[in-house]
This record gives sequence, C-alpha cells and structure tokens, in this order.
Amino acid sequence: MTTTKFRREFDVVGDDFAGAGRVSTEIKALLKRVGYAEQTIRRVAIAVFEAEMNVVMYARRARITLDMDPEGVRILVDDVGPGIPDIEVAMQEGYSTATDRMRQMGFGAGMGLPNIRRNADEFAIESEVNSGTRVRFVVHAR
Amino acid sequence: MTLREVVERLGLKVCCGGEHLEREVTGGYAGDLLSDVVANSQEGDIWITLQAHENAVAVASLRDLAGIVFVGGREPDEDTARRASARGIPLLSSSQRTFELIGRLLEVGVPTGRV
Ligand SMILES: Nc1ncnc2c1ncn2[C@@H]1O[C@H](COP(=O)(O)OP(=O)(O)OP(=O)(O)O)[C@@H](O)[C@H]1O
Ligand SMILES: [Mg+2]
Repeated sequence: MTTTKFRREFDVVGDDFAGAGRVSTEIKALLKRVGYAEQTIRRVAIAVFEAEMNVVMYARRARITLDMDPEGVRILVDDVGPGIPDIEVAMQEGYSTATDRMRQMGFGAGMGLPNIRRNADEFAIESEVNSGTRVRFVVHAR
Repeated sequence: MTLREVVERLGLKVCCGGEHLEREVTGGYAGDLLSDVVANSQEGDIWITLQAHENAVAVASLRDLAGIVFVGGREPDEDTARRASARGIPLLSSSQRTFELIGRLLEVGVPTGRV
C-alpha cells in the first residue's frame, strides 16, 4: 500500500457506448496494483462505472479525477452537459430519462445514482442546468 | 462446477473465451437491466441475459463474473467477442429462453450462490 497521495485523471466522451466502462476498468486495475482491499476496489469500480455510464448517456464529456491515499479513494466526475434540473428526483430509484435505444441496451433502470450512493462512504452531487454536473464520492479503505 | 462442465451438460455454444472455461461457477444471476446486474450479481456468477453487446462485457468484467450466456440464440458481434476475449470473459449462447435455461442450470447443479 502506498503511503503517499496519488492523483490520476481520465477523460470520458459522451455517447461513446463502445468505449464505455474503460475508465472503471482502468481504475479497478490500478487500485489492485496499489493494493487496496477487494471490497474497496469493488465499491469504487461500481460507483465509477455508474458515473461513467451517466456521462456517456447524458453528458457531452467529463473529466474524472481519482485521488488515492492510504485512507481511501476520492473520485470527482465533472461533466459538461445538460445538468440535472431536480437532483432529489434524479436520485430516486427507478427515475430515468434514458431513451428507448438506451433502454433496449439495458440502461435506464434508474439505479445508477442510487448504486453510487450505496457504495460510497461520502457522496455529493451538484448540478447546473445547461452547464454540467459534478458527482463526488469517497470510499474508505478497509 | 466449472464453466466447461456447464457448457458440456447444457450444450451451450462457445462464442469466445474457450480458454477460460476452467473457471469455477459459484453462482448465477439473471437480468437484462445493467445497473441491476452491477448492483446484485456476485463474483463467479454465470450471468443469463439477452444483452449481447459490449456494455454487457463491461459489466461482467467489472463484477468478475465467470461468463455470460446469451439466451434465445443471441450471439455477440465481432467487436463484442474481441473485447470479451481481451478481458477473459467467455461468451456463451443458448437457443433456450431464460426460464428454461435457468431450470437446466439448477438441474445440473449450478449453485444459486446465495445462502
Ligand atoms: N451526468 C448527468 N448529466 C445529466 N443528467 C444526468 C446525469 N446523471 C444522471 N442524470 C439524470 O438522472 C437520471 C437518473 O440517473 P441514474 O444513473 O440513477 O439512472 P439511469 O442512468 O437513468 O439508469 P441506470 O443508471 O439504471 O442505467 C438519469 O435518467 C438522468 O435524467
Ligand atoms: Mg445511470
């Protein structure tokens, strides 16, 4: 396990369904190499995957910033996109504005944001309509 | 039970990942909603779904699933198969539908993976 702080950044492009999952895969491999506990890796990977998919589905692009230290893993997903008009509604399990095409691919259960919150020890989301959304979460190491 | 035994007993078609069939199947999960599978599947599960595309491969890789079985004769396209091979995820195909396939899986002794 590293004793120093370590930051990495990743870019995600909207509508890139073929490349979707790339960032969560990379982060998962990275956390494994660093030596985090399996449970920590799993929770981070799931949360990043859901956040990454939301960028692919709804936003134009995003920068994902990963900060690691022995205490845990901190993620920021900062996107340029339409924003979320009502975060409380968006956080409800089952709420989704996914298109028919996305639903045919198995997206749109309205479980992504709840999945992120469930897997995180700290979670915050802020959004501005017609500008973008910032999702932050922390998973403690254990 | 290994994936190979499952493939042989059920006569599944191996679309790709034939070199990873010695993996132990420790449970199963069925679902076509990706976020549901992300949230509720478990490592080592065999996943039954009709989502034969690359995002399904991403989900299986994310959750370290043993393999995916596409039902109703669905098969992955080349890109999807290539991606699955690269990530070590066997893609299998069955002409059966979900209900019958799960029945067969339980019959041959695939554990449910849950207590
Ligand atoms: N980055 C984002 N930018 C704009 N809108 C978003 C963003 N993330 C989520 N949303 C909105 O919040 C809703 C709920 O998101 P959530 O991830 O919970 O479900 P979903 O993406 O619709 O379905 P699932 O994640 O289960 O496939 C989305 O349908 C969308 O309207
Ligand atoms: Mg989502």
